[in-house]
Amino acid sequence: MVNKQAIDWAAQFHERALKATDERLQRFYQRGVVAADTPLAEVPLVALDFETTGLDPAHDEIISIGLVPFDWQRIRLSESRYWLLKPNRGLTETSVPFHGITHSQLDDAPDLMHILEAVLEAIAGKIVVVHYRNIEREFLHSAVKKRLGEGIRFPMIDTMALEAMLYRYGLLSLLKRLIGWRRESIRLGDSRQRYHLPHYGQHHALTDAIATAELLQAQIRHRYSATTPLSELWV
Amino acid sequence: MQAEQVEIAGFLKQYPPFDELPDTEVDQVACQVEISYYRAGSDIFQFGDEIHDLAVIRSGAVEIYRRNGALYNRLSEGEIFGQLSLLMSQRVRLPARAIEDTLLYFIPESVFMSLCERYDSFAYFVEVDDNMLHQAVVNKQEKSDLMVSKVTALISRLPVMADTSATIREVAQKMTAAGVSSLLIMDCPRDGLNEAATMETDQCAEMTLAGIITDRDLRTRVVAPGLDLEASVTDVMTVDPITLDVDAYAFEAMLTMLRYNLHHLPILEDDRPVGVLATSDIIRYESQSSLYMVSTILRQTSVTELAQLQPQINACFVRMVGEGANSHMIGSAMSVIGRTFKQRLLELGEATLGPAPLPYCFLALGSMARDEQLVVTDQDNALILDNRYLPALHGEYFQQLAAFVSDGLDRCGYTYCTGNIMATNPEWRKTRQEWQQTFADWIDNPNPEALLNCSIFFDLDGVWGKLDWAAQLNSFIALKARHSPRFLASLARNALNRTPPLGFFKDFVMEQDGQHGSSINLKRRGTAPLTDLIRVHSLAVGAKVQNSFERLDDVADAGILPPGIATDLRDALEFISMVRIRHQAADVEAGRTPSNNIKPEMLTDFDRRNLKEAFKVLSNSQRFLKFRYPMAGR
Repeated sequence: MVNKQAIDWAAQFHERALKATDERLQRFYQRGVVAADTPLAEVPLVALDFETTGLDPAHDEIISIGLVPFDWQRIRLSESRYWLLKPNRGLTETSVPFHGITHSQLDDAPDLMHILEAVLEAIAGKIVVVHYRNIEREFLHSAVKKRLGEGIRFPMIDTMALEAMLYRYGLLSLLKRLIGWRRESIRLGDSRQRYHLPHYGQHHALTDAIATAELLQAQIRHRYSATTPLSELWV
Repeated sequence: MQAEQVEIAGFLKQYPPFDELPDTEVDQVACQVEISYYRAGSDIFQFGDEIHDLAVIRSGAVEIYRRNGALYNRLSEGEIFGQLSLLMSQRVRLPARAIEDTLLYFIPESVFMSLCERYDSFAYFVEVDDNMLHQAVVNKQEKSDLMVSKVTALISRLPVMADTSATIREVAQKMTAAGVSSLLIMDCPRDGLNEAATMETDQCAEMTLAGIITDRDLRTRVVAPGLDLEASVTDVMTVDPITLDVDAYAFEAMLTMLRYNLHHLPILEDDRPVGVLATSDIIRYESQSSLYMVSTILRQTSVTELAQLQPQINACFVRMVGEGANSHMIGSAMSVIGRTFKQRLLELGEATLGPAPLPYCFLALGSMARDEQLVVTDQDNALILDNRYLPALHGEYFQQLAAFVSDGLDRCGYTYCTGNIMATNPEWRKTRQEWQQTFADWIDNPNPEALLNCSIFFDLDGVWGKLDWAAQLNSFIALKARHSPRFLASLARNALNRTPPLGFFKDFVMEQDGQHGSSINLKRRGTAPLTDLIRVHSLAVGAKVQNSFERLDDVADAGILPPGIATDLRDALEFISMVRIRHQAADVEAGRTPSNNIKPEMLTDFDRRNLKEAFKVLSNSQRFLKFRYPMAGR
């Protein structure tokens, strides 16, 4: 089951805003967090997806970020963003065909530090939506921590966890199967099929972010409602 | 920097009116799209709402209504709506509702207006009313339950299943306890199923359907031969039964059951059974079913008895028309009935003449092979003989068998073929090798006579005996024809011989054949040239299916036609066929001899308008044919 022991995100943000030393993080936390009892229809959302060089947040790195703001009714592509990032260690040969991103594309790409402000600006004040939070949450946290000496935490809606909950698979067994397997994009496709969403070419961070946003809209339409409080979904 | 939307742009570029815009323009449009998901049954636009976007259907299906609630149009993937409201009033004039789970791409009004201003092709497309022909077909189909119902609507209970380790007795007990006439046998690689008669699908994750057993099997395969009831059920079940996907329509289930003479049809979702459709489930939907007709034919014990069935066949045809079946359903049902006549006649023939000295395959050709037979039809058939065939030794037998069937068919209402394309003609009784050689020769040397033969013989279907021989010949044709550009070009030329009566209202071309006075032959000027044209495309993509609608599906999948053309052709074929079918049904009901000719003054305005549209589609497609399959070295 999804972890229901309520985290008081509002208090956390307040505390972190005071503790953070980096200005960008301070500003991010100062923007606050959507209140837990906000009905879904009023929650500003942003779907986020990373492609990474591997599965281990301690060693692997983010090489692209895609995000798209949306709400329960509309996904706004005009506000979508996409960045390529230059990894310090470079790409391993095996991950190249998987992502379709090549070395030369990444040579000119910036480091995360150069775009962190833009990323945080795009997600501040919104609820981040991901498919399988262990990638986006842990990679962003450890990448920021490596660079600034302090990490970053915020609430997320995890469409995969919602599926797991709805289909009554034990989340633990699901995670067990998934650990060591960066293959949840297949899961994303499978979940989408259940809601008759179309097949998208995957492994592109922006396409996957859009696909995740569509999936959450479908989940809300089928399983929740406009008035469901945010606290039922976020983790 | 704005993010590129490769996925969205790639989709839009496939469909009108975006397919005519420059790529860079569509890329820009894609970046402005807003996406929204609608659950099946939910409203998208309500009358009088403000409207600020053009809607493009990315997936799913949408119905558009008139203000009075009448269905106006049904749209699916790649189609647009909302344009008229946007152009005229910025208020919704035609409400829209999702009839399946639907994903929409919304294009903002400002982008839409700008495209209208800058691109004539775009403006023209969105300002012209939706395709009327398509609407006519949609409206027609609306009336038939079988057409719009999914098989799931017919399934009344969960499937009853047992593991492959079960004994015959256990299975029979389970069937008795559950009160069912069929039971599915599942392969479950890990542990066996537990006791529950109906199972949750997650009891065994990897189970697959291994077979089916029915009441009838228990009678004929167990009780009659006196089998040990403790034997494994796998000894007597039907292995790898024919199944249908859960997404299929009820009429597809009916066609499948007719085609293979099945009484139980397992329905699968992702390879897992979700139910078993029984004949009775269909009959509840289609009273006095054509399924009955098939079993009636098989029960007759003489040619004389068979010949007496003709009025019932005609009645079945009229009934299907009255119940709103579409041309595919009617054509398939009548073809299955025709095939069943042949099968029964061959059984009777073999009973009279003794068993055949060599294996053979009796072929249906033309409309029966295409599942497009109607009531006005002659017999086109042929024989494939074993390669060991010796005319001196075996000729007499097959001559007599062919004559028995051919005479029988004539008595049953399937008149002799005037072109002598019948198994009674020694030329059309060939060994497997000879057929292959003949077909190869026609493809390599496409002279006029060969081309004429191809248009008859290349629609072939085995009805009796060694059915795989027919399938092998079919594969041979599919393989060879697609790599023979000269043949395809010649066949394309040949398909242009019969033209549609254009200028339908004013100066349209009529048949002056005396008997029918001034009339249009809807077969010769409509459905036949359409099937000819579809056959060329189908051979070019190596399709092995025979039915024109199924061929169009394969052709559309292969992507050799400009977008939308396959749909236009399908609608045109469906509309012309249905006008033809309705007129034949009216003839039968009035006691007249049904024909393919109609007098234009007998048509309603609605039919005239849409026929005109359909003939236009045919004419344009004929022009495209010339361009698509050019004669080399001219």
